[in-house]
Amino acid sequence: MQIDRKTRFLTREEAIYFGLLAAVIFLILPLALDSFRLNLFGKYLTYAFVAIGLVLCWGAGGILSLGQGVFFGLGGYAMAMFLKLEASTPEATAIQSTPGIPDFMDWNQITALPWWWEPFNSLAFSLIAVVIVPVAFAFIIGVAMFRRRVGGVYFAIITQAIAAILTILIIGQQGFTGGVNGITDLRTLKGWDIRTDEAKEILYFVNAVLLFACLFAAQYVRRSKLGRLLIAMRDQEDRVRFSGYDVASFKIFVFCLGAAFAGIGGAMFTLQVGFMSPTLVGIVPSIEMVIFAAVGGRLSILGAVYGTLLVNWAKTTLSESFPELWLLGLGALFIAVVMFFPNGLAGLWSEQVMPRLRKLFAGRGAGARPPAAPFPANSASAPDSPAAKAAAE
Amino acid sequence: MFAGYSAGELTAIFAMQGFAGLILFSVFVLMALGLAIIFGQMGVINMAHGEFMILGAYVTYLVSHAFADYMPALFSFYFFVAMALAFLASGALGMLVEWGLIRHLYRRPLDTLLATWGLSLILQQIYRSVFGAREVGVTIPDWMMGSLPLTDMIEVPINGLFVMALALGISVAIYLLMFRSRWGQQVRAINQNRVMAGAVGINTERTDRLTFGIGCGIAGVAGSAFTMIGSTGPTSGQLYIVDTFLVVVFGGAGSILGTIASAFTISQAQSVLEFFLSGSMAKVITLLVVVGILMLRPQGLFALKLRK
Amino acid sequence: MSIHQTSFVLSVEDLTVSFDGFKAVDGLTFYVEPNECRVMIGPNGAGKTTVLDLICGRTRATSGSVRFKDQELLSMREDQIVLAGVGRKFQTPSVYEDLSVFENLELSFPRGHGVFGSLFFRRDAEVKDRIQEIAETIFLADLLDEKAAFLSHGQKQWLEIGMLLIQDPELLMLDEPVAGMSVAERKKTAELLNRIIDHRSVIVIEHDMGFVEDIATRVTVLHQGKTLSEGKMDKVKNDPKVIEVYLGH
Repeated sequence: MQIDRKTRFLTREEAIYFGLLAAVIFLILPLALDSFRLNLFGKYLTYAFVAIGLVLCWGAGGILSLGQGVFFGLGGYAMAMFLKLEASTPEATAIQSTPGIPDFMDWNQITALPWWWEPFNSLAFSLIAVVIVPVAFAFIIGVAMFRRRVGGVYFAIITQAIAAILTILIIGQQGFTGGVNGITDLRTLKGWDIRTDEAKEILYFVNAVLLFACLFAAQYVRRSKLGRLLIAMRDQEDRVRFSGYDVASFKIFVFCLGAAFAGIGGAMFTLQVGFMSPTLVGIVPSIEMVIFAAVGGRLSILGAVYGTLLVNWAKTTLSESFPELWLLGLGALFIAVVMFFPNGLAGLWSEQVMPRLRKLFAGRGAGARPPAAPFPANSASAPDSPAAKAAAE
Repeated sequence: MFAGYSAGELTAIFAMQGFAGLILFSVFVLMALGLAIIFGQMGVINMAHGEFMILGAYVTYLVSHAFADYMPALFSFYFFVAMALAFLASGALGMLVEWGLIRHLYRRPLDTLLATWGLSLILQQIYRSVFGAREVGVTIPDWMMGSLPLTDMIEVPINGLFVMALALGISVAIYLLMFRSRWGQQVRAINQNRVMAGAVGINTERTDRLTFGIGCGIAGVAGSAFTMIGSTGPTSGQLYIVDTFLVVVFGGAGSILGTIASAFTISQAQSVLEFFLSGSMAKVITLLVVVGILMLRPQGLFALKLRK
Repeated sequence: MSIHQTSFVLSVEDLTVSFDGFKAVDGLTFYVEPNECRVMIGPNGAGKTTVLDLICGRTRATSGSVRFKDQELLSMREDQIVLAGVGRKFQTPSVYEDLSVFENLELSFPRGHGVFGSLFFRRDAEVKDRIQEIAETIFLADLLDEKAAFLSHGQKQWLEIGMLLIQDPELLMLDEPVAGMSVAERKKTAELLNRIIDHRSVIVIEHDMGFVEDIATRVTVLHQGKTLSEGKMDKVKNDPKVIEVYLGH
């Protein structure tokens, strides 16, 4: 029995799925939607960056962060600060009592640009900050928590608290951050007007390319030994430790990677939507991002993208016409996904749809093994808390 | 930041803010006690805990109106009836939720977290549909209005004293229930070894349901107390959930004394800081310090060192 | 570096751990020589597993010292202890159920243990050959692509032993390697263990006295966290104290 054990980057099946998603994002959506709707879907896709990161952290690694909005926000604010400074030339802000600083600073009687805003005059610095600031922040949290073996629900609660703290801070310091309204009225990127339909279409494609870059990066991680280690850690953390791995550093790595994805998503949000505000940072958006990943299938990076699109499309459609139904529906969705579809859309596809398709084309696929879920699911469920694990020992 | 205040003024400020903090402390304690039972003893993350509290607040609101309309003579005592009904309503809902949702998710704490978050969204929407999006308040009976002057600079409001007494009374009751009653022993036994507890004849299903119900019921009472000091809206509960979880974790899950001590520390710190900084910065600094300490000491303040 | 320090593979001196005042291991001292197979026996709760936990860093000692060759293990992290050459098998089989037998063994292969090392780890011929070789030793060569979840209890124990073998540790610690096995599996395991303890030092916890007699160079009897008796099996077996607290039952 000689089974090919090569670690391919993409199996044939996965290559087809990647191709399908690329067709949806690069062809079908741009052809089918007007430029307003396309921009809307572009906005949804920025959340997919976060969802992909969550698949790696939560689905594979068993680390549930309820504070991914923090990283999305940090990336988004880094971008917004640059755009705001570009929009706040002394000429454009001549009517202010201090021309040349962002309008919200002027309204809050601030008379000089704070020192930590200065570097954001540089596009290069801002672009680096989009990734580095979230990663650095995630690194600090990760080192503090994972080195002390905090995981499971404690980690979830602490990350949620951090999301709450950052939101309160942003809202409270409105002179420096734009407060509850966020940083608004963003106009140009190095002189290029980002508000036109044409610019929005270009940004949609830039966003799509970056999304695929992140998808490929995530796929690489999944395929590498590190990906298998994550699963091993989720199920048998102690065994991994006693196989000579420093478990904490792997968790820190994947948490930072998720933060980097989220930061890029946040920056693309700012560019496409034209503002950044604390409503995208706090507890509610952070936990909603988890449900995007859960609906897609917490174990599938492609599922995460579909899940994000689907939930957001439903949200927009429903909350336009029946705002009351939407919250009920979202609540029910949380419960249904957890209780009945723990592997989400990807699970439905590989467990329900594919077997039937295979039966239909039985001649060709005879003897083929059913496709494994992209990440093997934990046999029982999502990983248990340290307490539950200790109890099990 | 103390510059410009005389020593006497500072004492008064600390005393007044400290007392304001005591009311916050009482709400924290009442919220956290229920959560400490559910999280600490059952290992369940109930993100809808705030909504159970708000249910109690709405029940109190309804009862106060019922008394005002039908029994104005007895209005002074409506609060006690409201508290009992709030306990029953939240407790009953809690048991229903345990039966329909939670019992399928023991051993999957992260999933419970998501499912109860979904529940909280549904409850919020129901509150909004039934009671409207605007915040409602209750009329506080006369005997609870006003304040007792301690010195010429320090006054303590009576409703605050009442809420505090309530929080302490319930804490003592919970302590007796958890650590001195046969039922509490069963709950703790189940928490430590579910299979074994079942094997020695404890009805784990019934005990779980009752435990969850009592935890939620206490949240309902917290909601009653909450109406004394704030107005009630569909999302008021959500504002407290993070703080409450931090209180429980900071105190060391499972330790009632720890929960009380941590509620005291957090509420006092926040309240005293609030006088000198803006409200939001006071909260940011308090929460940051708590999170920072939890990073250094993840087991909380009062956890035991156990043989693993 | 004095001579008596290096002549032992493992020197445990005055090792103590207390859990809220309860001393699970109390002033324990023993030395393991190269190629020795040391068996620890003792009644339940004597602290046997805790001793292994202390050596491999799972539990932090209250005081004392554990030296592996010239390194003080007590100040090292678990993974550093493993990489230094100390392997540990747990009492209950702990393998990665969601991964295949091949992948289980691969994760223990001593290369690419850092974050980036594992990110750029290549599954080359060396890795595959070594895994094949180990799989044959542990009777699992035909099951390499099976998910570990589908293995029998005994096969999981073998897989875990295989994961240790591929690490090639200088000191191997086994916690009840034949517990819960069928008679046939037990025999095969004994044979396997006899083969693998050949070129290294081993510490085994075991209750099966027949098995102990078969493999032990020396035996340490633990009781209430202290050494009750130590020496060759014959000597220990006839020690009246040992008979009273342990063998007599």
